[in-house]
Amino acid sequence: MAKVPVQFTLNGSEKAEFIDSGTTLLNALRDKIGDTSPKGGCHQGTCGACSVIIDGELRLSCLTLAETCNGAAITTTSGLAEGGVLHPLQRAFLDTFATQCGFCTPGMIMAAKVLLDHTPNPSRDEVVEALSGNICRCTGYEPIIQAVLTAARANSQNAA
Amino acid sequence: MELRKNYFADVRKDDLHEIGQPRPRSDSPGHVTGKTAFFADRSFPGMLHLKMVRSPHHHARIRSIDTSEAEKHPGVAKILTARDVPHNVYTILILIQVGPEDETVLADGKVRWKGEAVVAVLAETERAAQEAAAKVKIDYEVLPAVFDMEEALKPGAPLVNEYHGQNYYLYDSGECRKVRFGDVEAGFASADHILEQSYQSSPIEHAPTETTGCVVAPEGNDRFTCYTNTQAMFFTLDNTSIILQMPGSKLHFVGGTVGGGFGGKVDVIVEPIAILGAKLTGRPVSFVYSREEEMQISSPRAAEKVVIKDGVMKDGRIVARKVTGYTDAGAYSRHSPYGAQKGAGHYPGPYTIPNVWIDTYCVYTNRTPSSAMRGFGVTIGDFALEVQMDKLSRLIGMDPLEFRFINAYRDGDMKAHRQPTEGAALIECMQEASRAANWPVAEKFMAMSSYRKGA
Amino acid sequence: MALALQTFPTVKDANAALKAAGTRYLGGGTLVVRAANEGDVSVSGLVMSTDPALSAIAAAGGKVRIGASVTMAAIARHPDLGPLAKAARAVGGPAIRNMATVGGNLFAPAPYGDFAVALLALDAAVGTEDGELPIETFLARRDGSRSIVTSVSFTLPKADGFRFLKVSRVKPKGVSVLSIAAVLEQAADGTVSSARIALGCMADRPMRAKAAEKALKGKKLDQNGIAAALAAATEGIAPITDPIASAWYRAEVLPIHLGRLLLA
Repeated sequence: MAKVPVQFTLNGSEKAEFIDSGTTLLNALRDKIGDTSPKGGCHQGTCGACSVIIDGELRLSCLTLAETCNGAAITTTSGLAEGGVLHPLQRAFLDTFATQCGFCTPGMIMAAKVLLDHTPNPSRDEVVEALSGNICRCTGYEPIIQAVLTAARANSQNAA
Repeated sequence: MELRKNYFADVRKDDLHEIGQPRPRSDSPGHVTGKTAFFADRSFPGMLHLKMVRSPHHHARIRSIDTSEAEKHPGVAKILTARDVPHNVYTILILIQVGPEDETVLADGKVRWKGEAVVAVLAETERAAQEAAAKVKIDYEVLPAVFDMEEALKPGAPLVNEYHGQNYYLYDSGECRKVRFGDVEAGFASADHILEQSYQSSPIEHAPTETTGCVVAPEGNDRFTCYTNTQAMFFTLDNTSIILQMPGSKLHFVGGTVGGGFGGKVDVIVEPIAILGAKLTGRPVSFVYSREEEMQISSPRAAEKVVIKDGVMKDGRIVARKVTGYTDAGAYSRHSPYGAQKGAGHYPGPYTIPNVWIDTYCVYTNRTPSSAMRGFGVTIGDFALEVQMDKLSRLIGMDPLEFRFINAYRDGDMKAHRQPTEGAALIECMQEASRAANWPVAEKFMAMSSYRKGA
Repeated sequence: MALALQTFPTVKDANAALKAAGTRYLGGGTLVVRAANEGDVSVSGLVMSTDPALSAIAAAGGKVRIGASVTMAAIARHPDLGPLAKAARAVGGPAIRNMATVGGNLFAPAPYGDFAVALLALDAAVGTEDGELPIETFLARRDGSRSIVTSVSFTLPKADGFRFLKVSRVKPKGVSVLSIAAVLEQAADGTVSSARIALGCMADRPMRAKAAEKALKGKKLDQNGIAAALAAATEGIAPITDPIASAWYRAEVLPIHLGRLLLA
């Protein structure tokens, strides 16, 4: 089977692999590169569990072919904590009990991070809109919304 | 969170240190960093992917299966049919002596629901497995199917499952689970009003975000490690041991991390066939449901029909209740005989009624086998009971909450199942609900207690 | 056979590669990668073009040309496409909108394709290397289309002349029960001088509500004026049945939602 090269940065570090053409970014990250923080919940673009950030934009890694990401900067939830210190969103998800089974959590955090990167002080409606592509079947949406608002407040206090 | 400590203060030691306190969850740090290891986060070199060829018919005889083209497809490692499964006919609850064995791991001669597993294809990639699965040829003779429980119970209905011999589960009590208490007909005869209503529900899919699946790794010593998201670890291990005729000591199950279950992951479906594939190929095997399989193939909550006939007095007392419950098991038992039995144990609801008659049936149809889901056997029954309670209160012109106070069970009351009520708290819950919902009731109800004098 | 992607700098070369059996054009991936993930083994090759014209938006003098690779998110945030932002935001959630393209939306089967409903009301022209086709003709023939869509062009309506409504059970992101787009022009006395109304989920692809358009002409946008149009709204529809809603339900609620849109 013909292999194609892919090269991108993942959470700031250079990655290069040979993969089968047509491999999704989700499978490349999980099976080849070993970052299993994006999850495959539906493989059809419905659940958001595979959400990653590509060049600053939220994308679904299950519908993105890895070879179209050459040269891109990719962020996943596994790369958020710095030196063992949790990102404010991770801290807020812990503090507001915004995780239950945990399967949707990495995707939720990605969607929330893109929101806060562009809109540091979002309204509740903006949070709901930003998370609207991510499904939580334990139906813990309210604490998740609270976590994002809490992280935004923590950020603005740190900035002040 | 607020704890109301005035209720039952006399019987509770006020020494709670954990309840009411926020405590960090031990699994959350893994969740927020993406480090929690779900079963599918393990992959092994040389891992094969299993795809299932499924029945397109609700009920059909299998005339022949031809896997020759599929076997030649590039990347295919192994194709499994019923012949390959050591003990192909099983039932989950056989572990607690609830038989007969009535379900095939891979269909043998017949399919009984649309989506039933017939042939398993193991290949180097998911794509190769899908392509080869499309090349499996199965010749079916389509049979009449039955989808409605009442139709299934009629004489002359198509027989869904030959292992049962009739379209209902035969309990030791007969064609249904039965509760008889007092004289229900005498109760109806003495009642001011009779209300008979029927309620029904459709199957409900749990739709967990993580689909059902497992990854199996042969350990090289005839032992297999199975990473699974089952909610029923030891049920699965023991049933796998029976199906594969392998001692449990050869099976190492790793799990407990489930990406949403809600009862949808208690059936023993993916593990035995994946372990068999690993055994016969000597290679790791991954069998993960697609989203479509999760929605269409995995067991839903059963469809139910509940017929409730009540005799009620103008003063609010329910004097007789007759309930007939039907649970649609689909084509196979799985947990449904237990679900239907739970219904019999749950009716007539949390009310003290002197004359009670309950029949609950577990019915077989050519629908997707149903199984456990959050309070199965009880949840739909509660819906029916409480809608019925509202209708009864309207019928006699009484406030629906006060109507429930009049009938609520209290300590010392004899239940229809002939167990005295202990530790009831319905009165107190309704008092608190009355306050919280700002739905006032007469003072005499707010002064009631679950304790009866002398109880 | 594995799925293989071929990338070409020009649309011409991509078109040539697309002639091979089993190939599909890869836009944002929300349709074809999904199909491949779901086990559609009829797709064996993917073709895409990196031609920058496919990603360009040109708006001048009231005329708009949107490259086929432009995403819903790019339309929603473009300062000159304000009237269309609502329709672009109706597609998927934030991640889908960063991926789903204008070209792909033209091929999305109902209940998807909400933006194509808007384009149909705008009477857009769909561009390929062979020239432009009116969108209505394009949609009718789309199943046999083998030429890469390069652009959609249309006249930008006045902000108050374009109306769009998507009805879904889950908010803010949900699959369509139905969607409606309308381009309305009114005379000085408030009567409707021209109307184009497009419907989503009322067939397997977007369709025009021509009987309703005709019934609206010369009428005022009030309860009495729209009555005939609402009565005619279901003429010629064949709504889809899916897990979101039955054909019967969609037909029942269409006039109600059309009424709300026209009276808004």
